[in-house]
Amino acid sequence: MKRGGEKLCRALLEVSNLKTHFFMKSGILRAVDGIDLTVRAGEVVGLVGESGSGKSIAGLSIMGLIDSPGRIVDGRITFNGVDLIGLDDEAMRRLRGNRIAMIFQDPMMTLNPVLTIGTQMIETLAAHQGADRLSKSAMRKRAVEALGRVGIASPHERLAAYPHQLSGGMRQRVAIAIALLNDPDLIICDEPTTALDVTIQAQILAEMQTLIRKSESALIWITHDLTVIAGLADRVAVMYAGRIVESGTTAQMLEAPRHPYTRGLIDSTPAAAAKRNDRGIERGLAGSSDPASRRLAQIPGVPPSLAHLPRGCAFRPRCSRATEACLIEPPAVVDGSGRSLRCFHPIEAGARH
Amino acid sequence: MKPTEPATLRVDALLDAEFGAHVLPAPIDGSPSLRFLADFAESRIAVCGAVMLAFFALAAIFAPWIVPQNPYDLAHLDILDARLPPGSRSGSDGGLDAGGSTMRYLLGTDGQGRDMLSAIVYGLRISVAIGVISTLCAAIIGVSLGLVAGYAGGKVDAFVMRTADIQLSFPAILIALILLAFLRPGLGNIVIALVAVQWAYYARTVRGTALVERRKEYIEAARGLGLSTARIVFRHLLPNCLPPLIVVATLQIASAIALEATLSFLGLGVPITEPSLGLLIANGFQVLFAGKYWISVYPGVALVLLIVALNLVADRLRDLLDPKLRSR
Repeated sequence: MKRGGEKLCRALLEVSNLKTHFFMKSGILRAVDGIDLTVRAGEVVGLVGESGSGKSIAGLSIMGLIDSPGRIVDGRITFNGVDLIGLDDEAMRRLRGNRIAMIFQDPMMTLNPVLTIGTQMIETLAAHQGADRLSKSAMRKRAVEALGRVGIASPHERLAAYPHQLSGGMRQRVAIAIALLNDPDLIICDEPTTALDVTIQAQILAEMQTLIRKSESALIWITHDLTVIAGLADRVAVMYAGRIVESGTTAQMLEAPRHPYTRGLIDSTPAAAAKRNDRGIERGLAGSSDPASRRLAQIPGVPPSLAHLPRGCAFRPRCSRATEACLIEPPAVVDGSGRSLRCFHPIEAGARH
Repeated sequence: MKPTEPATLRVDALLDAEFGAHVLPAPIDGSPSLRFLADFAESRIAVCGAVMLAFFALAAIFAPWIVPQNPYDLAHLDILDARLPPGSRSGSDGGLDAGGSTMRYLLGTDGQGRDMLSAIVYGLRISVAIGVISTLCAAIIGVSLGLVAGYAGGKVDAFVMRTADIQLSFPAILIALILLAFLRPGLGNIVIALVAVQWAYYARTVRGTALVERRKEYIEAARGLGLSTARIVFRHLLPNCLPPLIVVATLQIASAIALEATLSFLGLGVPITEPSLGLLIANGFQVLFAGKYWISVYPGVALVLLIVALNLVADRLRDLLDPKLRSR
């Protein structure tokens, strides 16, 4: 599933100490509170967290799509050596949809209902090419190619279709095709398969895997679903309450999670429940044991409100390992392999709950 | 599906075969506009309104070719034929029709010996022209301001909408009267007055819709694609705000025509040599109770029918286009 290391050299996107806060009447919402994230060219990075952990806001911050009352208050976002936060609106517009693209969660909502697929695709091309450089027919050809790439049958006829004439899976394919149109260096996928039913989700994921293997694009895949990440990402960052609590390669993170929250997330997947019940049977879609005995593990409590974060480590109230020490905010510690962790009481390698 | 990727895509091929019908677009009967027409025709009274409207529109457009007399051509008028009752022939040889022969006045004549039928059709022409032109101008100005206000928000929004609120807090007729008192009566000025009175309705309507639409994800997606702001506002936002606008515009044509008739009736509208429906009514007003009813009543009937027809059509459009009223 993962691509060779030769491509993973140059840092394409570097986010350091990014803070995006929302200034509401009721107080300041720290949606993203100091995250560090590096994406190398051609790499797939999974950004995992519960609803409200700030992962979508992190994606929108990189895109420069944060609206009032939200604001990036601190940090740096460097893309291909250019500081994105200091960029003016027009320069940022030229990057969006061209060098950085975004795929949103709900394909029912992200396509304009009154414009045909073809119009929306050609607009995206025209916005970044200038009509003088590419003729209308050449743009149509590119659009047809892009639709073909994401597995849409008879793409020529689909150009004239309106979004309501397509099913959810088809629409998300169209959205992906639009994102791929200008061969971006980075695609931010904000839960692109969450709104789809499971069979379509499997199709889209399989196609994304082949697509990213062929293209040069790097991916930030935002999701709450660790099973999706397992087959897709090179590296994983886990977000909790606006911070990245743990990050590392996918193998490290899934095989030996060190943060109690990561551990909890992995344990609460159906695959982990199956593994617990019939140890030794291979990890994955085990379906042999009696489903009634396969109770999913859960993390006690609910995610904290971003407006009233607990003192110190935000996960402390839900954590079985918390002590007095956790009343102080744990710093991010990076080890030799590039793995970072924010926890005073990490799970030691090989130890079990 | 790419045949070159059998390993990963075999499942997809199977799924596609299984759910093939699912993935293909649902068949639709006829184009969207045809379906809309069929929906519209379900209401018989609305069809009546539309037919009347078409009749009025055709009469207004082809007025010079269908009326018996050119009411603006003084050479064809005879003052001796003034205020003849409906159906009478020209008493002298002065009253001529377009062909040069003696006139027969189906709807009678007015104080200057004009054939009322011809004057009404020409008056209709002026009334409809003023209604449509002022509505178009007001819509363009109001929609642009309302869209920008709704999309930009903040100070721009506050400024535009407070101006509209102030405007709407005064009766339309009062503002139009004050403006015309300054500008002097005349065709162009009456259009300016009507635009000044009406833009705020469009601005308010479109701003309300734009506020809802701009929060939808397709606008964010369009921004994510790097489209320019002007393109997002006028190409992506505007078409999605159109349905309520169409209803407002239809109603506003009716109210523009009524307002113009009122202003002309009060003597602040069109010049007396080119009477609109309102001015025709005013011209017969003094002799209305002296038995010479036709000079006021027939233009009045034409005006009422026109406005009723517009309202019937607008009502039906609102039933079809307003999702809140849509029962199906």
